[in-house]
Amino acid sequence: MIKQYISVTATFDADGNIIPLYINWDDGRRFEIDRITDVRYAASLKAGGAGIRYTCRIKSQDKYLYLEENRWFIENEKKAG
Amino acid sequence: MRTILHSDCNGFYASVECLYNPEIRSKPVAVGGDAEKRHGIILAKNEYAKKYNIKTGEAIWQAKEKCPSLIVVPPHFERYMRFSEMCRRIYSDYTDRIENFGLDEAWLDVSSSGGDGADIAEEIRRRIKSELGITVSIGVSFNKIFAKLGSDYKKPDAVTVITHENYRDIVWPLPVGDLLYVGRSTEKKLKSLGVYTIGELAEFPLPVLRSNFGKWGDILHTFSNGMDASEVMYADEISAIKSIGNSTTAVRDLENTEDVKMIFMVLCDSVCRRLREHGALAGLVAIYVRDCNLVSFTRQHKLLCPTDITGEILEEAMQLFNSNYSWNKSIRSLGVSLGELRSINEPVQLCLSSDEHDRERKMYLDRSLDLLKNRFGSFCVRPATLMKDPMLSGFSPKEEHVIHPVGYF
Repeated sequence: MIKQYISVTATFDADGNIIPLYINWDDGRRFEIDRITDVRYAASLKAGGAGIRYTCRIKSQDKYLYLEENRWFIENEKKAG
Repeated sequence: MRTILHSDCNGFYASVECLYNPEIRSKPVAVGGDAEKRHGIILAKNEYAKKYNIKTGEAIWQAKEKCPSLIVVPPHFERYMRFSEMCRRIYSDYTDRIENFGLDEAWLDVSSSGGDGADIAEEIRRRIKSELGITVSIGVSFNKIFAKLGSDYKKPDAVTVITHENYRDIVWPLPVGDLLYVGRSTEKKLKSLGVYTIGELAEFPLPVLRSNFGKWGDILHTFSNGMDASEVMYADEISAIKSIGNSTTAVRDLENTEDVKMIFMVLCDSVCRRLREHGALAGLVAIYVRDCNLVSFTRQHKLLCPTDITGEILEEAMQLFNSNYSWNKSIRSLGVSLGELRSINEPVQLCLSSDEHDRERKMYLDRSLDLLKNRFGSFCVRPATLMKDPMLSGFSPKEEHVIHPVGYF
């Protein structure tokens, strides 16, 4: 597992909550976040970091998205080679 | 009866680095300063490194002799400050009486929370592990001293409860050196009196303690008997600063007065900028000198005229140095400390011997330079003398040395 920093498009609501809307992948693809089912402070031992963990439903799969201070990261499988 | 928690992050710096670096987690890891810059000491170690008897404060080369496979990583202080803040956020869910003791330790007074101390401690321990990814040991007791001994008792990742019923079994058998404020010399003195454990200290006749240690005798007696009544401060109480200092180990040994002046220039710039930030004037200047054989001394001098002018403080520091050092050896480290602080707004008797107009000009100049340095960094404008040896003068305590020591009293 590696820590992969990603580009995220998010909105700031009037109460100060930060809500991620899309994940912008490095090949240009854009993944819409259908729903956020959980938000909590959590550490990612797999990736190596800590912040606010959003459980996001993307294309009917649940994925953890972490906001660490002002950067977003995900836990990604190590690339071979 | 109060319920006090003492939370202590296990191997704090090392734990944070291991969180960020999954590959090194199962190996002996230490966080160390930059050996090239002669700051090469161990700042923290993880559980695996502890097994090799590696000690915080020893030189990196010494640690590597004990454990050749030791992985030494550089420190990331902003990260540690962030994690310290995150711990405080969790603590504040349980109480507003949080007293920090350095970055990695804190006392919490949860008496008014209505919950059971051990349950709260367990919850905090679990939350820090899951939300921050590091572990803490927490001591629960009816006073700060025993709570701190409790957090030391079982490491890592544990909660220890010390009650009126069990403290004689848990605390009293511990070595007397474990007690807060018992350092090497107090320990030595106590041992010479036949006191080896905290229990023996607790039962030792108070008059004899008083005659040997003065008022500290009372404190030792109080602490060892669990009678310490000092309060856990509220999170927003800030105690008045009593002194402002900076010291450094130079990148190479200092051989002459010119070298020393360069180092003092950088140190005085930093302490005076901090002094001005606090809106204070200093009435006392102290210097600290350590030679290449690690023999050190301090000297201080009261100023006729309390000041915040960098030039005047530097002059005082150089004066103290020149009258007290005879250059038998080259110098390794220097320090400057300002004491007898008072607010700049307090009415001050004007000094008859100096030109007040000229002093005012210097104060304005210092403040203008402060503004520039705060915006563009400490190196944006410096005395030309420092350019003679950029390697020697190329350090910046104002930006780099941001973790301040904390005292109990």
